[in-house]
Amino acid sequence: MDWYPLWNSLRIAAISIVLVFFTGIAAAYYAVRLPRALKGVLDMILTLPLVLPPTVVGYFLLLLFGSRRPLGMALESVGIKFVMTWYGGVITAAVVAFPLLYRTARGAFEAFDETLAQAGQTLGLSNCYIFWRIRLPACRQGIFAGVVLAFARALGEYGATSMLIGYTPGRTATISTTVYQLWRTGDELHAFYWVLVNLAISAAVLLTVSLLERRQRKGGHVG
Amino acid sequence: MNLFVDIRKRLGSFTLNASFKTADAVTGLLGASGCGKSMTLKCIAGVEKPDEGWIVLDGETLFDSARGINLPPQKRQVGYLFQHYALFPHMTVEKNILCGLHAEKDKATRQRRLRETLEMLQLTGLEKHRPAQLSGGQAQRAALARMLVSQPRLLLLDEPFSALDSHLRDQLQPQFMSLLRSYGRQAVMVTHSRDEAYHLCTRLCIMEDGRILRAGGTKEVFAAPGSEAAARLTGCKNISRAVKAGAYTVEALDWGVCLTAAQPVPDNLKAVGLRAHAFQPQVPSNRLPVLWADELEEPFEWILLFRYQSQAASAPALWWRFPKDRKPAALPDSLGIAPEHVLLLT
Repeated sequence: MDWYPLWNSLRIAAISIVLVFFTGIAAAYYAVRLPRALKGVLDMILTLPLVLPPTVVGYFLLLLFGSRRPLGMALESVGIKFVMTWYGGVITAAVVAFPLLYRTARGAFEAFDETLAQAGQTLGLSNCYIFWRIRLPACRQGIFAGVVLAFARALGEYGATSMLIGYTPGRTATISTTVYQLWRTGDELHAFYWVLVNLAISAAVLLTVSLLERRQRKGGHVG
Repeated sequence: MNLFVDIRKRLGSFTLNASFKTADAVTGLLGASGCGKSMTLKCIAGVEKPDEGWIVLDGETLFDSARGINLPPQKRQVGYLFQHYALFPHMTVEKNILCGLHAEKDKATRQRRLRETLEMLQLTGLEKHRPAQLSGGQAQRAALARMLVSQPRLLLLDEPFSALDSHLRDQLQPQFMSLLRSYGRQAVMVTHSRDEAYHLCTRLCIMEDGRILRAGGTKEVFAAPGSEAAARLTGCKNISRAVKAGAYTVEALDWGVCLTAAQPVPDNLKAVGLRAHAFQPQVPSNRLPVLWADELEEPFEWILLFRYQSQAASAPALWWRFPKDRKPAALPDSLGIAPEHVLLLT
């Protein structure tokens, strides 16, 4: 069996989750500070990929990065091509997973007790230290939940991915596109193997989550 | 040590306009909740920014809108004890306190000062506990330790006892004060409790609706609150609308009586206040016939409710409060009050 789809799916999910982690947290952090009207508009735009059908997201990404579109052409002239490449999959996975992390992180930031940050300031701690060592750890449960959801979504992304990068065995194939492709061509046995792989990954993710949660409870953490 | 504050800040329909100066050991800001006292404290600490005005501590300008100065809180060396202590929930007591020692680069010194502080605040043995595992008193001491170890020039205390049970509060106040005294720096304390203000503060600013109504020595302020709101905040139960009737005489309109004061009556007199403890059956001055209305029993005191004979029916009854062992066998027909206890309010 060719293991390429597993490796490709994992690297796409891993890279996109890193992108989403930083952009999602930054967006959530600033969104909380915006005036209400502006926040509502921004919220709607940033949540859109969650409610749109993934194929519609794929359509918009093709409009943006298509090889005959201005941005697509500009990127291609410097050697970057998102259409029909595995790293195009990073873009689709990141766009689709972003709202999950953004929204859970925003909820956690909104619930954060601002006096903790103020206490840090009066103790002379730098704003950077306060963000990474006080605000994020205090919000870690919400952010962690967001990371898990976003990772699962990125790993399972199908619709937008199949629109933007298609299915090329050994180049752009991911687990989800492979399952569909194998089923479509009548190779039910191999489709079943890939379903098992997918179930194993999901079980591993859920197990990790519950282990981490148990460890946090034992440590007497309060979030 | 000197602190000058003169700031204005608008928050929706609320306007804070606080101006005071103090050189006292412990200055209290006394007011009802929402009067702007915590906001004033936060502006001094620098975690909130006033719209305009200035704040000067020991000759150093912390904030001056006219000169565009706004020192970040990190550079003000002002300690803040939050109402709910704001201990970092994911860190142990030890790590919390070490946050106050981050500027100390020498590891041995840092450990020594951590040990000293833990010992001074009786936190030894609780180093590895997390804030959620601490009792109210322990959390207060941990927050105090974290603040004191950073060696601030000025301490800001935001309702330091409000998160504690009342019996614990009474127990901890003397300990807390001796700690503050041994630290030897000036403190500004926000409170809504007149008892706390009286026990702990040598100087008092009374706040209402974002303004300071009265500032002065604590005893002076209690003896002559000056305004109706300040009289209520210092615990005066009996207040009546009043007009000037003579150089030393006021007419209390709600009670239909004339009272003699020890101070000359100001022309702009608005009200008169009589503290519930100030009545005496034997005092000859301001002795007026009364009608008994009701009585309330407290664990250690009696409260007798009465009306002056000439009092309008719509006006609420007055309170006379005294220790239980001093209850007379028969209720007197009249009550007197010394002229110095007639509070003239404008």
